[in-house]
Amino acid sequence: MSHVKVELKPEQVTKIKEICKSFNNNPGELINVLHQTQGAFGYLPAEVQEVVAAELGIPVAKVYGVVTFYSFFTMLPKGKHPISVCTGTACYVRGAEKVLDEFKRILEVKVGESTPDGKFSLNCLRCVGACGLAPVVLVGDKVYGRVSPDGVKDILNEYAD
Amino acid sequence: METVKLTIDNKQIEVPKGTTIYKAAKGMGIDIPVLCYMDLHDLGVENKPAGCRICVVEVEGRRNLAPSCSTACMEGMVVKTHTPRVINARRTVMELILSDHPKDCLTCPKSGHCDLQDMAVRLGIRNIPGQEYAEMSTYKKDFSPAIIRDVDKCIMCRRCETMCNQVQTVGALSAVNRGFTAVVAPAFEQDLEKSPCTFCGQCVAVCPTGALTEVDHTAKVIRAIADPTKTVLVQTAPAVRAALGEEFGMKPGTLVTGKMAAALRKIGFDYVFDTDFAADLTIMEEGTELLDRLTRHLNGDKSVKLPILTSCCPAWVNFFEHSFTDMLDVPSSAKSPQQMFGSIAKSYFADKLGKKRDELVVVSVMPCLAKKYECQRDEFKVDGNPDVDYSISTRELAHLIKEFNINFAELPDEDFDRPLGESTGAAVIFGATGGVIEAAVRTAYEVQTGKKLEKIDFTELRGMEGIRTATIDFNGLPINIGIAHGLGNARKLLEQVRSGKANFHAIEVMACPGGCIGGGGQPLHHGDSSIIKARMEAIYREDAGKEIRKSHENPYIQQLYEEFLGKPMSETAHHLLHTHYFNRKKDVYIK
Ligand code: SF4
Ligand code: SF4
Ligand code: SF4
Ligand code: FES
Repeated sequence: MSHVKVELKPEQVTKIKEICKSFNNNPGELINVLHQTQGAFGYLPAEVQEVVAAELGIPVAKVYGVVTFYSFFTMLPKGKHPISVCTGTACYVRGAEKVLDEFKRILEVKVGESTPDGKFSLNCLRCVGACGLAPVVLVGDKVYGRVSPDGVKDILNEYAD
Repeated sequence: METVKLTIDNKQIEVPKGTTIYKAAKGMGIDIPVLCYMDLHDLGVENKPAGCRICVVEVEGRRNLAPSCSTACMEGMVVKTHTPRVINARRTVMELILSDHPKDCLTCPKSGHCDLQDMAVRLGIRNIPGQEYAEMSTYKKDFSPAIIRDVDKCIMCRRCETMCNQVQTVGALSAVNRGFTAVVAPAFEQDLEKSPCTFCGQCVAVCPTGALTEVDHTAKVIRAIADPTKTVLVQTAPAVRAALGEEFGMKPGTLVTGKMAAALRKIGFDYVFDTDFAADLTIMEEGTELLDRLTRHLNGDKSVKLPILTSCCPAWVNFFEHSFTDMLDVPSSAKSPQQMFGSIAKSYFADKLGKKRDELVVVSVMPCLAKKYECQRDEFKVDGNPDVDYSISTRELAHLIKEFNINFAELPDEDFDRPLGESTGAAVIFGATGGVIEAAVRTAYEVQTGKKLEKIDFTELRGMEGIRTATIDFNGLPINIGIAHGLGNARKLLEQVRSGKANFHAIEVMACPGGCIGGGGQPLHHGDSSIIKARMEAIYREDAGKEIRKSHENPYIQQLYEEFLGKPMSETAHHLLHTHYFNRKKDVYIK
């Protein structure tokens, strides 16, 4: 998993410590601790994981193992406009992968990454329950249906400024 | 004890409740193949992820086959271990494992010693259907000074993770990612050298495949020997002689000291010396340091740190430099025997030969991978020239002997060269847990009390128990001794010391379970810890057979002090034989 480098401010470290403390620094609560921490920070960069590991008294490798195992944890910040392409079965058979490839090509990012300006991030999603509209793309809360690779540019243009 | 009755392959058997089918079958002489499972019984280590499914058996009334390594026996169970269905399933499982496994066995460093290869042979794998469509992993290779990780060959048995986390409590490795990209790796998938890894090599010792192997220096050694401008010295660690024979089909516990010396001479080393000589030297320095600290402590000097901790295991040094950074002044400052040897070889012995240090090449043969890391540390170099040039493992020495087409079993016994090849029984036992401290006691007792020891064997210091303690009577002065082997045990003991709960004068720590005889560079035990026990017995046999069994009685050590060092902890000795420790806590991200 790729990651970004950040320098934590003292109050951010305190915040993480508080979260750990609220779970009695219990290593068995690692998943819950990470969940809350991601809730507070939006993502889980390496620095944050190191603090969590130290507080719970477990190896950083273990924390990283859990972060990379569960897909709802991310080590990358979300973009201002997070893009999610549904790759559930219905969307997939109707060409979601081509749509995803087009996003990757235009934004020059991989799945899970953000554009260098922090504007867009790209992710995959399991079925959102709008199979009638397949393939489906979400940008923030907005749903786009029957998206074709040609339509990707138009969607991005809506967020031009 | 509660028991259950069941039938395995038409035979009735009664076993304690909770026994797995695999163990019950084993007790009846039925050998079920296992791959991910590992039981190092004497060390109290069991790896049971139930991941590979090679060990499946048929249980009557169950629809699915059961993994025998992790399925408990139940009352009335009827188990069949080798039905056509079972045999077929094992083969299919193996074919799946192999479908995305690199098939470069011919050139793999593990070839001939690989559990995966052996299993393919055992299960009669003749083709691998679907391999042409399988996606192959192309993960980066990780080269550290001691260990190479080639995780494309990882089968996710997680034995390494068990060793690193449960046994060693280092926590450098963890399973990361999921599905096809799942690997065992350090945090953030960084290289091992950036992790808290101590290079103990216990992960390498148990890895069933070529995913974890040691850095191989044999080619460099061959080149150095062939170089006419170099004088090449070799030193061999105590534990090597108790295990090398295994690589040539000998029974575990066979001592091959004489054959090893003969083989090294045949390979072409100019001087065949012994790390045991430097082990005796270590006792002179470390023992003196212990007595010095003890006397000052008894005289009320509050600044002395007790207990003194042994420092001859470089993985242990790496461990405390990382995890006990507040206690860096507690361990003995004595260098490890490997480094003491290099230091003396390139000063005292070089002078004797009338050569400059860079005309000498010092090779060490070690049961150990951490020594590879140790000998390239900056503080063990003079003007960039290392005291020990190459450290090779017992396994690498076996390769060398084979490459030189030497018929090892038929070699006549030969002796080490003098002066750096003479050693005592006290030095030999460095190879087993408890040996260093026993050797130190033999010398410290006589020096402190001025009396001759009546009984040289301190059996109370020996054994396989992870943490051992004993009090030795120094003529009325009780000396409390602690011993730990395996870094997890060391951590426990050190935490007691740190919290002030324990009251020891001296503690011996060895990173590897069993001590160096169980080192990461030894012939692979393939999960059979009785092999380590057999090596331990061999070590004490060698000691018992030695004429001189106390380090301070080694005549060549006495001569070294007379001619060169003066006395233990003299200024020259300090300069050449002692070191200091660094804070190596690796917070890569947090300042
Ligand atoms: S060498 Fe030792 S410390 Fe390093 S990863 Fe392997 S088991 Fe862990
Ligand atoms: S590196 Fe070796 S020991 Fe570790 S999980 Fe992979 S195959 Fe098993
Ligand atoms: S116990 Fe021996 S083999 Fe193991 S790391 Fe320490 S010195 Fe090396
Ligand atoms: S040996 Fe039983 S599942 Fe691997």
